[in-house]
Parts: sequence; structure tokens; C-alpha cells
Amino acid sequence: VTDETLSLGKKKDKEIVADYHKKIKEAFEVFDHDSNNTVDVREIGTIMRSLGCCPSEGELHDLIAEVEDEEPTGYIRYEKFLPVMTEILLERRFRPVPEDVLLRAFEVLDSAKRGFLTKEELIKYMTEEGEPFSQEEMEEMLSAAIDPDTNAIHYRDYITMMVTDES
Amino acid sequence: PGLYHSSTKPRDAGTGVLKATLIIQKWYRGYKARLRARQQYALTIFRSIEYADEQSQMQLSSFFSYMLENYADMCKEDTELVHRFLASQQCIKDRQKYVEFISVPDSYSGPRLQFPLSAVDIDYLLKGFMHQEILHARFVIEMLFETKKVLQQMPNFTHIETSSFEDITICGDLHGNLNDLLVIFYKNGLPSESNSYVFNGDFVDRGKNSMEVLMLLFANFLVYPNKVHLNRGNHEDFMMNLRKTKLNSSSYLQVYGRRILEMLEEVYTWLPIGTIIDNEILVVHGGISESIDLDLLHRIERHKVKSVLIPPMEVNRDHTFELDESKSSVSTTISKKSTSEPLLKYEWEQVIDILWSDPKSKNGCYPNTCRGGGCYFGPDITTKILSKYQLKMLIRSHECKPEGYEICHDGKVVTIFSASNYYEEGSNRGAYIQMCSGMPPRFFQYQTTWATHLKPLRQRVNTMEINAFRMLKERIISRKTDLTHAFQLQDHKKSGKLSLGQWAFCMESVLGLNLPWRTLSLRLVNKDKDGNVDYMSSFQDIHIKKPVEEVQSTVIETLYRYRYDLEILFNIIDSDHSGLISREEFRDTWKLFSSHYNVPVDDYQVDELVNTMDLNKDGSIDFNEFLKAFYVVHKYDTLKQVCITNLIFV
Repeated sequence: VTDETLSLGKKKDKEIVADYHKKIKEAFEVFDHDSNNTVDVREIGTIMRSLGCCPSEGELHDLIAEVEDEEPTGYIRYEKFLPVMTEILLERRFRPVPEDVLLRAFEVLDSAKRGFLTKEELIKYMTEEGEPFSQEEMEEMLSAAIDPDTNAIHYRDYITMMVTDES
Repeated sequence: PGLYHSSTKPRDAGTGVLKATLIIQKWYRGYKARLRARQQYALTIFRSIEYADEQSQMQLSSFFSYMLENYADMCKEDTELVHRFLASQQCIKDRQKYVEFISVPDSYSGPRLQFPLSAVDIDYLLKGFMHQEILHARFVIEMLFETKKVLQQMPNFTHIETSSFEDITICGDLHGNLNDLLVIFYKNGLPSESNSYVFNGDFVDRGKNSMEVLMLLFANFLVYPNKVHLNRGNHEDFMMNLRKTKLNSSSYLQVYGRRILEMLEEVYTWLPIGTIIDNEILVVHGGISESIDLDLLHRIERHKVKSVLIPPMEVNRDHTFELDESKSSVSTTISKKSTSEPLLKYEWEQVIDILWSDPKSKNGCYPNTCRGGGCYFGPDITTKILSKYQLKMLIRSHECKPEGYEICHDGKVVTIFSASNYYEEGSNRGAYIQMCSGMPPRFFQYQTTWATHLKPLRQRVNTMEINAFRMLKERIISRKTDLTHAFQLQDHKKSGKLSLGQWAFCMESVLGLNLPWRTLSLRLVNKDKDGNVDYMSSFQDIHIKKPVEEVQSTVIETLYRYRYDLEILFNIIDSDHSGLISREEFRDTWKLFSSHYNVPVDDYQVDELVNTMDLNKDGSIDFNEFLKAFYVVHKYDTLKQVCITNLIFV
């Protein structure tokens, strides 16, 4: 590794960081309703996830603690958010799981291997296990996932739909 | 929702199930957040374009100032033309002239009103409008006339007192959303002796039922003039309404439309500026400014604020001119016949500030560059002004808020917005406030939707996005020449490609829209594997229909871009309301317009185009046909039919 390669590498890194900075800025600004470089703390999760990250609620909670001011004001300042978020993107933390992992997760819950989950089953798992959904989250997921004729969630189709939406 | 402390152990129902559940939950929350972000991006696009539109209307205002100021010079060249322009500001004095010859045929099955109005007439209107019936022009005009008479007796600010028995309901922008008004009346009761209302401006524009909303509000006002209070908004402005399409909801109105618009012009100017509740709460449409003088505002002749687009001329008395008496049988704002002085510029500005300003969290008071009118005022301004006049709160509207209302400046400023789904279905809720002396204000929210159930988030977001991007692409195509020029300036290697940053810079500077271009680029342009933008792909999938094949693209683009401004201008020139203007008038109007706006199109090219399009072949131009001929074609347009079923609200 020569000096030249090293400095070229550094240049590339700088460009990548600059690129991330611009991405983060745009995502932040869209929620900065007052145009004063702050966002409501309740939007931080949305902003992070819109940048492609998939933290759990617990991880999100810890991250918020990192970007909050010493005396939490209910608002997060851009100056504190930017370095933390850049680090996350550089280290590729909280990457979403691949599609097939998601499929297998549904299959685990569908122990009878029917290819679907009933509405009651899904509600039970999502609102009682793991990091439970709120009622609003549950209703929202059902409204898009459920097949009104069978009252079941055909998870393969559901996953395909979500993935197509995102691309 | 569901913020979960990481140190609390989740219930263990078998590690396999637990892990699977966590995976799904994590994924879903990520997906939902990204949907919400897309929704926010779409909203940003809508808002940005809306404000840019308002700004360009302000540009029109400076054009009119330019015309008025150069009157003397233009006089020599074309008295006729400018006469027409000024003549449009005539006063309507005689009701007889307008109502006399309009008879209502027996075959008319819509609501029939009896003046003076009573509660029964309001009932007829409600039932009629709920069945999508259209009010006959005769009743519309009578309504406007009666409303004007009563409004003239109202002061600039109505002072209201509430008591523990009598509260008051405050509604914000309705923007022609009849459904929202019906929901409010349903949930909160119709106005009556014991049910007072304040409607805080912007009753019209954008929604489909501006006329119906106005008729209902005015009818209620006529029956309960001391209980229904109507404040003027920035859209209660005849210039803004000169885009015929906004008020048209029937063939009757097409025939009498111009007459109705003239009357509306007057009614608007007589709307009060604001209300003051219990000597504590100021209710105005937009906001305040550093220099606001409530005492002055109580005194000025409010009806002289014709339009935000017509500032008072700096009357230069030296520039007297001889108006041919036979031609000027009308009074103009600068005619020697006018009985009183026109409004002073700073008085006019005070009213504009009231109607257009927005609160911001930054201290200070500075011009509202986004909208082009009024100012931005910070919490320090609010504190200063409120304490100066011993007030406790400012309630205003003017800005669309996702929840229908918003509180800022430490609880001293409340924004109330009553038009739900303002930008797009699902974009926002509407709200109203109930106020009672001694109690904190109570907020009520709703959202009307044409569907048998509220659609899932992803569908609402998709709809919003599609429409937001349509609007944005129309902007883009209308500036194709300027954009291409800007791109090529940056493209030193002539490769047809630019970096993302360069492309974003060009888009922002040419379009003047402060948007997250990098994120939006995914939907707007093609990029290669290195992330470089093929900039001409900005114009793919859309083009402006050329009414005539041989015409240059720049001409088409320019006419498309300025079509709304031109519509306003032509409507003014068309003094006999025939929908037709002569070729000379068109030519002269275009010349004035293009010189002021610095349009890079040769006059002869426009002339050529008009010649080719002279559909009437008799030297006159049907300008509506002309302007409609320039429309945008979206390559993948699929217009889905929406099934109108039940009206529900949440």
C-alpha cells in the first residue's frame, strides 16, 4: 500500500462522508418544520429508518439518549444528530434483514405451515411478544396485510407487496 | 408508540418465536417509518409549489403596479387598453341592474330562497347542496348583494364577549371543502342565537365547492349577523379568483360568472379584518407584524384594500391626464371623481400583513419570501404586540397543519385549519376550536374521505406521491429550456451527465423550489452505476401538447408557464365578458407582459402562433380555448375512477 493509494482512499472516504452528510441533511430537513435545525424527538425514529436503518425499539431508545441534549428539551438538534447518524451509516449498523430472513420469521410463527397466519394469531404475536405493537400499529399493519375474504395474512404476498413498494 | 426500554426483558415464549416476532416487528416499523417519510416528502412538494404559486401571483401584482405607474406613457400608445384595465375596478351600485333580468325558470329544481332569509332557507341550501344541487345565479347574486349591505355596517374588528353559557366556535381555512363545513355543522351544530361562530378566512379556492361554501356562510351570516363572524382571508381577493375555473361549478355560473365575480370583488373588500374575543384574543387570518397598529386598523377604510395584487399607486399628482369623459363613465381609484383619497401605502401594507404573515420560531420580523407577501414573525414579536394591546392570545389560520391545528410561541399563537385532505386525500386533518371565557380552548379534529373505509397508509401515501410528483414534473417541463441551459453550463465535458450535486443545484436555482432534490432524484431522473445523473431524463415521460406542430418549444413552454397570469390579464381586458378579445388586444397585452417579465420569446412568434390558432377566423380570440390548448401530457397517465360512496369522517 503506497502513500498514493492511501491518500486516494482517504479522498474516497471523504467523498462518502460528504455524500452521507447530504443525505442525512435532507432527511432531517423534511421533518424540521420550523426550519431551525431541530426536529421533534418523536420523529428521530422515522428519520433514521427513512435512511435505511432498522433499529429495534430498544436500540432506538439508546440512540435517542445519545443525541439528546444534557437537559432533554423534546427536540433533537442537527449538530448532535449528524455525527451519530454518519457513524451509523459508515459502520452499516442496523441494516435491515434480507427478504428471505423475514419470510422464515413468518414461517416460524406459522407452525402448521399453511402459508398464512390468521388475524388472531398475528395480533397475539405482535401485541404480546417481543417489543409489542401499539393498537395503532397493529391496526395499520392489518389494514394493509389482511385479505378481507379469508381474514388471514398471506405473508408471502404481503412481503412481496412491501418490497415492491420500497423499490 | 411503543418506545421500549432495552433493559426490560421481553416475555419469553420460546426463543424461536421471540426472535421471529422481533424480526417482523423491527421490519414493519422500518417499513412504516419509510412510508411516513415519503408522505412527508410529498407534503413538502405540495407546500413548496403552493407557496411558489402564491409568490408568482405577487409577481403579477408588481406587473400591475408597473402598468399603473406607466399609465401616462401607455396613455399615448393605448388609452383603450389601460382604460379597460382600470375600468374593471368599477363599483357596482345598482342591484336592479344585475338582478332584474335574471329569471328563474320553472324547470329549476334547486333551492329557492326568499329574501330576507330565515333558518328555513338555510335548511333548503343544506339539503340542496348535500344532493349536489346547484344554486341559481339569481339567488347567488341576491345573496351577494344582501351580504354586502350587512357587511358594510360591520366595523373592521368585531368585538365579541363569551360567557359560561355561551361559547364560540372558531374555524379556519375551508378552501371550498363543502364536506368539511357539513361535518363541522353536524358535529358542532348549526349557527344559531346560542351557537356563535367565527370563520377565519380563506373560504374559497382549491376545493371543489367554493361557491356552495360561500353561500352557506353568507346565508348563516344574513340570518344571524351578530352570531356568525366572517374574517377576510388572503384568498378573499378577486384577483385570485379571476381564474374562472375556481368558482365554476355550473353552466349558470358560466353565463353569469363574470357578474358574480364582480360582486364578489366588492363583498370581499367589506369582510371584516378580524375579531377580538373577550378583549383578550385576537383572531385574524394570517398573523401580525412588528409594526402592526391595531388602532389604525380599527380606523382605516378597509374596503379600499381591493387586492393584494393592486397596491395603492404612489399617486403623482403631476401626472394628471385627460380622461375622455365619454369613455370614463366609471370611477377608478385614481379618477378625480372619487370622493375620498385612496388608502395610503402603509395602511394597505398593514392589512396585507394581517392576511399573509406566518409565525416562525426564530425571533424577529422579516419579509415572508416564501409567499411573497406579509412577513414572518417570531415569538418576541408576538410577546411584544400582545402585551402592547393587553391581549393574551392570537388565533390565526393560513397554514395547513397535519393535525388541523398547531400551537406555537409558547402557547400564545394557535393555528387553526379546517380544510381536511387539503393537498391530497389523507394529507391532513381539519379542526375547529371551542372557546369559552375562563376555560382553555378545546380542539376538535376530523377528516372527511370519499371511501367506504379509511385506506391503509401505503395507499394514501401512494396517491399523495403520485400527485405530488405529477405537479412537480409539470413545473419541470414548463422550465425545460432554462433547465437545459443550466445543465449544459455545468456539463463541461458535454457528456450528458452531471453529478447528483450539480443536478440538484440546477433544479433548485432554476425552479426556485427548496426541496430535498437528492432524495427526490430517485423518482425524477435516471442515474448510472456511479450515481451520475443523465440530466435530460428529467424531462422523460412528460411533454407539453403543441397545439400547432411548427411552433417552437420555447414559445409553448412560456405560454404554458404563464397561463394563469395570462388568464387573469385576459379576463380583465375582456370588459364585455364575452370570452373574446381582439387580436390587437392580445398582441398589446402580450407585449406589455413579455417586456415586464423579461420573457425570452419574440413577439412575432407569439403573433404567428395566434394567427395559426385563430380558431374564430374573425379577428377575435377565444382566450379560454387558447390557454386550454397548452396542457401537459403525462406519458403513463392512468386516470382511475374513484367511486363516490358514503361520506364518513373520523
